[in-house]
Amino acid sequence: MKIKFSRILKIIFLSEFVKGLYLAFIYMFKRRATINYPFEKGSISPRFRGEHALRRYPDGEERCIACKLCEAVCPAQAITIEAELSEDGSRRTTRYDIDMLKCIYCGLCQESCPVDAIVQGPNFEFATETREELYYNKEKLLENGDKWEKELAHNIKVDKSFR
Amino acid sequence: MFLEYLNIVLYDLLKITALLVPVLIAVTMIIWLDRRVWGAVQLRKGPNVVGPFGLLQTVADALKYIFKEVIIPIHANKVIFIIAPIVTMSLALIAWAVIPFSETLVLANINVGILYIFAVSSLGVYGIIMAGWASNSKYPFLGALRSAAQMVSYEVSIGFIIINVLLCAGSLNLVDIVLAQKNIWYAIPLFPMFVIFFISALAETSRPPFDLPEAEAELVAGYQTEYSGMMYALFWLGEYANILLLCGLGSVLFLGGWLSPIDIYPFNAIPSPLWLIFKILFLFILFALVKAIVPRYRYDQLMRLGWKVFLPFSLFWVVLTAAFLYFFNLLPK
Repeated sequence: MKIKFSRILKIIFLSEFVKGLYLAFIYMFKRRATINYPFEKGSISPRFRGEHALRRYPDGEERCIACKLCEAVCPAQAITIEAELSEDGSRRTTRYDIDMLKCIYCGLCQESCPVDAIVQGPNFEFATETREELYYNKEKLLENGDKWEKELAHNIKVDKSFR
Repeated sequence: MFLEYLNIVLYDLLKITALLVPVLIAVTMIIWLDRRVWGAVQLRKGPNVVGPFGLLQTVADALKYIFKEVIIPIHANKVIFIIAPIVTMSLALIAWAVIPFSETLVLANINVGILYIFAVSSLGVYGIIMAGWASNSKYPFLGALRSAAQMVSYEVSIGFIIINVLLCAGSLNLVDIVLAQKNIWYAIPLFPMFVIFFISALAETSRPPFDLPEAEAELVAGYQTEYSGMMYALFWLGEYANILLLCGLGSVLFLGGWLSPIDIYPFNAIPSPLWLIFKILFLFILFALVKAIVPRYRYDQLMRLGWKVFLPFSLFWVVLTAAFLYFFNLLPK
């Protein structure tokens, strides 16, 4: 077995080790990658697929027309919709449930929606203490829509040219 | 007569407390520092929530351990199982008695200071062997066997390294060794020995890359596997007290202990204990940096390094130093 002289020198003078120490020392003074999570948050893409929301038109009318495309496309079958005609003759949902535990957050419901009614917002902090709280109904979804409308509208506007 | 004795005992107890309390506080701070440096190298922040800059993190951890239940395995040898962490911790602490913080500020200025430290650190392996054996479980046992072999092998080379220093200083008294470095720190003429001492100290305290006794990938946690609660915390504190001790020993033997680097005004105005603390901190940050950059050694590599590289090399250097001192008439009187 032949060992090169330069390799022996390297071993004796711990050159790799010293290089490593130097690198570690430099890295000590670099900017930290850590984000202090509950206090600081990382930026989120407008396409982020977080908590669902049902949106309304600016005049307060529900966007959803009960076409059930989202229900059909949902690969996890997390969405349940029941619909009937409302007083003014338009199709409206009477029930719009999403089982957030079944949902795989694929975003197909949002993509299939012809009227941008069901969307997935930027909120990902909706952990609950019981399973039942994660069975969202229409009320909860509409409430989410009202709460996040500003961000949702912005995200849709920003992402529009790519759709 | 009795009162006189009591007086002496109380006075000594006071002195011991005055030494041990700062050491224990330093140990908790040093664990924090270790984690911070380790984090910093990996671009993380490390503990920064509890107290200012996260300084009280270790205190919080220790409190957590105190309130946890101590579980003793049913087949364990109870007495030895309980004694083991106590032995580790107390041995790591008693060695501090001879570390000089200044010419007069030393708890026990004994003439065989270095032998004392050496004896105590050799005993340190007993805590681990007892823990591994008394746990009556395979991982602790393997960890204990490994650490016994490891500590014994590296103690040998540390012994030869210390002989180098002793040849130059001509005394076993740590105060005299420091004073002998007034002109030049031994880290400069004995630089290779300093490096080997540093690496052996890593092995002696089973820090990475020599953390085989507690290699979590193979041995769960080595000899600490069966320990919980305060007994685990004692191991943990003892380990860091040991690291701190070896940093202290390194700075006393090679970096001129409490002496300032240059004996001119702004430097020698700093009180001497502070210099020792700076040097210990410097060595400890090196320890922490090494932890961040190296992978773990394989067991046979560890043994090869100890017996086939460090031992002959330090022995050779002893001969070299002795010959040099003899022929140039530099032997200390």
